[in-house]
Amino acid sequence: MLKEKKSSPRFNMTNKKNTSKEDNGIKITVTDFNFYYDTVHALKNINLQIRKNKVVGIIGPSGCGKSTFLRCFNRMNDTIAGIRYEGQIAIDDKNIFDKNLDVVDLRRDVGMVFQKSNPFPKSIFENVAYGLKINGIKDKAFIIERVEQSLKNAALWTEVKDRLHKSAFALSGGQQQRLCIARALAVEPEVLLLDEPASALDPIATAKVEELIFQLKQKYTIIIVTHNMQQAARVSEYTAFFMLGELIEYDITNKMFTNPAKKITEEYITGRFG
Amino acid sequence: MQSLVLPKRKSSWISNSLKEKLIHGFFFLNGILSVLVLLGIFALLLLTAIPAFREVNIFSFLFGLDWNPTSYVKEVYGIVPMLVSTFMVTLGALVIAVPIGIGTAAYLSDVANPRVREIVKPVVEILAGIPSVVIGFLGIVLLGPIIAKVFNIHNGLNALNGSILLAVMALPTIISITEDALKNVPVSYESASLALGATKWQTVIKVKIPAALSGIIAATMLGMGRAIGETMTVLMATGCAPAMPESFLGPVRTLTSSIAIELGEVAYNTTHYYALFALGLVLFILTFIINLISDIYLHKFEKVNR
Amino acid sequence: MKARNIHQFIGFGILRLCVFMVLSALFVILFDIFSKGHQSVSWEFISAMPRKGMTEGGIFPAIVGTFFVTVITAVLSIPMGMGCAVYLHEYAKDGWVTRLIRMSIRNLSGVPSIVYGLFGVVLFVQLLRLDTSILSAGLTLGLMTLPWTITASEEALKNVPQSYRDASLALGATKWQTVRTNVLPYAVPGMLTGTILGLSRAAGETAPILFTGAAFYLPFLPKSLSDQFMALPYHLYIMATQHHAIDKVRPLAYGTALVLIVLVFLMNFTAVIVRYKLRKVKME
Repeated sequence: MLKEKKSSPRFNMTNKKNTSKEDNGIKITVTDFNFYYDTVHALKNINLQIRKNKVVGIIGPSGCGKSTFLRCFNRMNDTIAGIRYEGQIAIDDKNIFDKNLDVVDLRRDVGMVFQKSNPFPKSIFENVAYGLKINGIKDKAFIIERVEQSLKNAALWTEVKDRLHKSAFALSGGQQQRLCIARALAVEPEVLLLDEPASALDPIATAKVEELIFQLKQKYTIIIVTHNMQQAARVSEYTAFFMLGELIEYDITNKMFTNPAKKITEEYITGRFG
Repeated sequence: MQSLVLPKRKSSWISNSLKEKLIHGFFFLNGILSVLVLLGIFALLLLTAIPAFREVNIFSFLFGLDWNPTSYVKEVYGIVPMLVSTFMVTLGALVIAVPIGIGTAAYLSDVANPRVREIVKPVVEILAGIPSVVIGFLGIVLLGPIIAKVFNIHNGLNALNGSILLAVMALPTIISITEDALKNVPVSYESASLALGATKWQTVIKVKIPAALSGIIAATMLGMGRAIGETMTVLMATGCAPAMPESFLGPVRTLTSSIAIELGEVAYNTTHYYALFALGLVLFILTFIINLISDIYLHKFEKVNR
Repeated sequence: MKARNIHQFIGFGILRLCVFMVLSALFVILFDIFSKGHQSVSWEFISAMPRKGMTEGGIFPAIVGTFFVTVITAVLSIPMGMGCAVYLHEYAKDGWVTRLIRMSIRNLSGVPSIVYGLFGVVLFVQLLRLDTSILSAGLTLGLMTLPWTITASEEALKNVPQSYRDASLALGATKWQTVRTNVLPYAVPGMLTGTILGLSRAAGETAPILFTGAAFYLPFLPKSLSDQFMALPYHLYIMATQHHAIDKVRPLAYGTALVLIVLVFLMNFTAVIVRYKLRKVKME
């Protein structure tokens, strides 16, 4: 892990992944993190660490700040006026709020899939190739190969390989969401942020996306926000429970769902509120 | 499969973040341009108007009852007749356009079935698109003779004619903004009123129009701004006698038409020329204030309904 | 019938009357112009020079003049208006500068057209020494349409879903890459539609060109952008009020009004077509 420090981390990704199963060091460290919308204190003093190649589920009642928290990891909140950060989020020991860090580079390393599938009004192929093209890649063969690989990784290839150049809008909701995942994978991020990726999907499509997440953790560190407790229990190895902007509890999923440390966590998990 | 590695981002002669900053700067210049144009208009009007007051007393300009810049005896520059003309014509236009505009908007937002709305809305848009010179032309050839006949007067080119034409021109503005305002009244108000047993008509009159009042005021002010600033229709249809107006059936000459008539005939950089710019400045300030007021009301209605 | 139902019946009747008056206003305008104008309009009327002190012949130079002025208007107004809209909607953060810009735009759209004319006389005709010309008049109209172009363009940008921007940014695209590849392509049809509507209004405007370049009577076409020109709306004004034989040329005035209205409608129609075509292309 340390030896990679000297070069930009992303270019060593592929080598690293083969050995990644055993390598479960700390990938992300959140330290005394606070977040404000204007005067609203949306996230309060968050501290947690996330291990490499693990799936972390974030749960909590709506409005608890879980989506806001997720959008901090790739600084998507920067697009909103009147926000303010305090504290630190470090990925590979590098603070993502560092003044010298280019947020564009950060977002290449930290991919995101949104709650509502949001393919571009382009062809399936163009959607996946988009991230490569904006990176200045012109090599056609490379792009074609990478698109195929990404679609395979997103378990979508067999369904779309005959109509790559048709509009992405012709896909079903679940396929669109997997396309968005493929699009995020194409630029080979290290961390993948999923914001309630299955909330708009039917059970079968949800199952497919969950299965996909399960496979993806071989290669990526994944943070997933969900309002669905069963989903959190199924896909994540660690779970963080948020309420009113505070991190109430963070533990191994099994432990949290069977023997939560705090009463309020138990009440939420057993469905007494939220 | 062979491992795929993203090649390094191409480093061009210019760093990416600098490029982004330059592009941002370019768009910022575009944005700031509108401020410059507004300031430029004000500054140039002011600078060109000021020399007029070397020879014309500012009080006799603002409060003088006579405008006669080409007199052989003594040139006088008093704008009161034009101000009165302008306000007469504008007021007349609003008296006609505001009730009709509100009525049409209320019909569109609350009564009309979708098919009727589909017909009426484009009509309003087309009405807005008719050039003012065409409307002024019709004031001469169509409305003027009708007014002359109805009121049994010699000439139908008068304040009433101008008011009616300006009403037609102000209607689209008033209708569309009032309709927006009515549409933005929360549905809950309407449901509450209907649930209490009020008829639809009572709901529109007693609940929706009062709730949309600030939007309606904004619409009226915008219509007023359009009417005050409109040139060609009043120039063509109001007779344009530079004396103090006597009645709605007499000829009037507004600020705008005075500029339009006289600027073509004066030599550049004479007192008369500067005085016309002073008229323009008065017009600019008047419309500025009216737009500001309508802005305030517009914000009010946006805030209330959010 | 109950009293309140009678009230409602009468009330709605009054509203219907209002609508009827609006509809009939447009009907009367169009009917009068078309019924009295169509006899004057012929191929010769559109394609010939005016003759004998404008008592005979056509209005070709006025059509050409209006066309060139509108082109200049578009050249100034479209890029600057779109640029400003992109700044406001994609780049600007809420602050006093942005508020100042927005306030300026709102006020610019309320400035009377004759005041733009005065401004054009001082700035373009005198200070920039462009003289009374197509260029001066076109630039004056360009400034006048600027607030409309900005508003229409921003409206078009608002219609592009935020999710396109988010998705693009989240993939590591820069702001400009996002705007260029995932915002502008979908906004441009709407921008153009709004802009063409603004241009059609500019083409029908008279007051701003009265003193910046429109000429009373020129029986030949402008040779360059620094020539004076005849324009349709100004020509109509002349034919209706300033001509030495007003009654004799009244049919020609009606014809001119008809051509002007048809021109404005054609531009509006083009705007709708542009929106329709480009939308189709983009969705393929």
